Amino acid sequence: MSQVIYKLGDDISTDIIYPGRYMATVLPTETPQFAFADIKELNEKLNTKQVPHGSIIVGGKNFGCGSSREQAVSALKGYEIIIIACNFARIFFQNSINLGLQTITCPEIEANEGDELDIKGGEVVNKTSGKIFRIEPMPKARQAIIEASGLIAYTRKRVMEKASMR
Amino acid sequence: MGMTVVEKILARASSLSSLKAGDIVEPKVDLAMSHENAALVINQFLEIYQGTGLEPKIWNPSKVSIIFDHRVPAESPKTASNQKKIRGFVAANKIKKFHDIRGDVGGICHQVLPENGYIKPGFVVVGTDSHTTSHGALGAFAFGIGATEMASVWALGCVLNVEVPATIKVNVTGKFKKFVGPKDLILHLIGKLTAEGANFKVIEFHGPTIKKMSTSGRLAICNMSVEAGATSGIVPADNETVRYLREEAGIKGKIHRVVPDNDAVFERIVDIDVSNLEPQIACPHTVDNVKSIKEVKGTKINQIVIGSCTNGRLDDLEIAAKIIKGKKVAQGVRMLIFPASARIYNQALARGFIGEFMKAGAVVMNSGCGPCLGIHEGALGDGEVALSTTNRNFKGRMGNPKSEVYLCSPAVAAASAMKGVITDPTKIKL
Repeated sequence: MSQVIYKLGDDISTDIIYPGRYMATVLPTETPQFAFADIKELNEKLNTKQVPHGSIIVGGKNFGCGSSREQAVSALKGYEIIIIACNFARIFFQNSINLGLQTITCPEIEANEGDELDIKGGEVVNKTSGKIFRIEPMPKARQAIIEASGLIAYTRKRVMEKASMR
Repeated sequence: MGMTVVEKILARASSLSSLKAGDIVEPKVDLAMSHENAALVINQFLEIYQGTGLEPKIWNPSKVSIIFDHRVPAESPKTASNQKKIRGFVAANKIKKFHDIRGDVGGICHQVLPENGYIKPGFVVVGTDSHTTSHGALGAFAFGIGATEMASVWALGCVLNVEVPATIKVNVTGKFKKFVGPKDLILHLIGKLTAEGANFKVIEFHGPTIKKMSTSGRLAICNMSVEAGATSGIVPADNETVRYLREEAGIKGKIHRVVPDNDAVFERIVDIDVSNLEPQIACPHTVDNVKSIKEVKGTKINQIVIGSCTNGRLDDLEIAAKIIKGKKVAQGVRMLIFPASARIYNQALARGFIGEFMKAGAVVMNSGCGPCLGIHEGALGDGEVALSTTNRNFKGRMGNPKSEVYLCSPAVAAASAMKGVITDPTKIKL
């Protein structure tokens, strides 16, 4: 069971998740400090280590729209948080899978800050409100990358296979 | 069953005779582009090879392009060091399609690639930039990816596990009114589709209005297709595409036109008649918050920006120069001009546009992404308002979450610069 630490609205852009002015910072060890830099309350919560791994941020529609900047994903991955949203913008979604950030597409999700959620068997159970929400299954093409624990490992496997065929 | 343009491109690149939306493929890449974020791509690329005992090797350096544009010249020691690291990698790996910070061949990636003939119809193009969709203007399937995915492309030469996207056909008819053009069309379409309306889909543009549109205009509409969530925008190659590639991009070899089958399956067809279209404005803080200029005219502006990968091309600068010629930028307004490439800057200089801008009081900056992404120049003060020909107006986009950005065409931007408020260019006397 995990707690919702913050609730966001629709169209949360990568400029909100990771403002452009920090883009020269690329190392996954350094990007987390700038996650949601312009939402002070959320940034402080993350930076002051009040957030246990597996905590949840809830978003609305089109989460992660905008830029392809991968820092927006590595910054959140640094806290091992889970993002549940009605749906995700394509590049952010793919980057999340590639880096192993847990994103859950849950079209009807209703949850507020402080709610306790249980994610299991294709459903999100909101223990606080008692409501149950369906999770959209991950497309098969993406499942393979998740199972390999990310795109680096997946590509490494492919590179090794290619080399051994020579 | 008939195929769309993107289905045909992906079938060819995946060595399949046919495929359909929803299929999973691993298309070979014809061009892989990065900008300053190549610094991160390099890290990820080297990590792929860790513990393998293999030498990291780019699959085909002639298909890799790196363009410096996001922070040029460097705004910080950190960026300068990243750029230095990339230069070293470029030299070591013999990457020839590299464009450094230069006043002759530099510029924004989404202009530098087309004008140098790096893009051809039928290509699969990936770029670590969301506006890679631009290159669909030349009949290529071009889409944005993250840095790790690019590292994977550098290693393998293909994109892994691509789900063939469904296609929305947009059929455009009618003649634009004077001072209304491609930017107004794409803003109108984004308003209609919404910011997520084309998520995971391709927008394929058709119709007599598109046939008559210049490649510059097509680059603008494909560029902003991503603002409706689209994986890519695409204009099937036609006579104008071939003209551009021969005359402006210097391509001599064979050009294959990839066109959709007559019985191609589209997920949805959208018809737009532009005959009565008014100038369109995307209002803060989402690109789909689109209004007709009537509803927002008179809004006070502090900064005007003309340029970017969306609207920094020669015809954009020409229309702005025509409007601003012999007039003055209103007091209290800053007008910033960013040509999309050094080549365009030089052409605008030769045509006298740059002189007109400066006489009017505008500041002409070097080619690059400039204030569009709020990194190192043209930031806004608290409570300030910008009117810009760029492509995004998200909260904080121009570097300050306490400011507002409106998006418009070059004609609206130029007319508004003189008045200091959002002004309808169709209503002013020249």
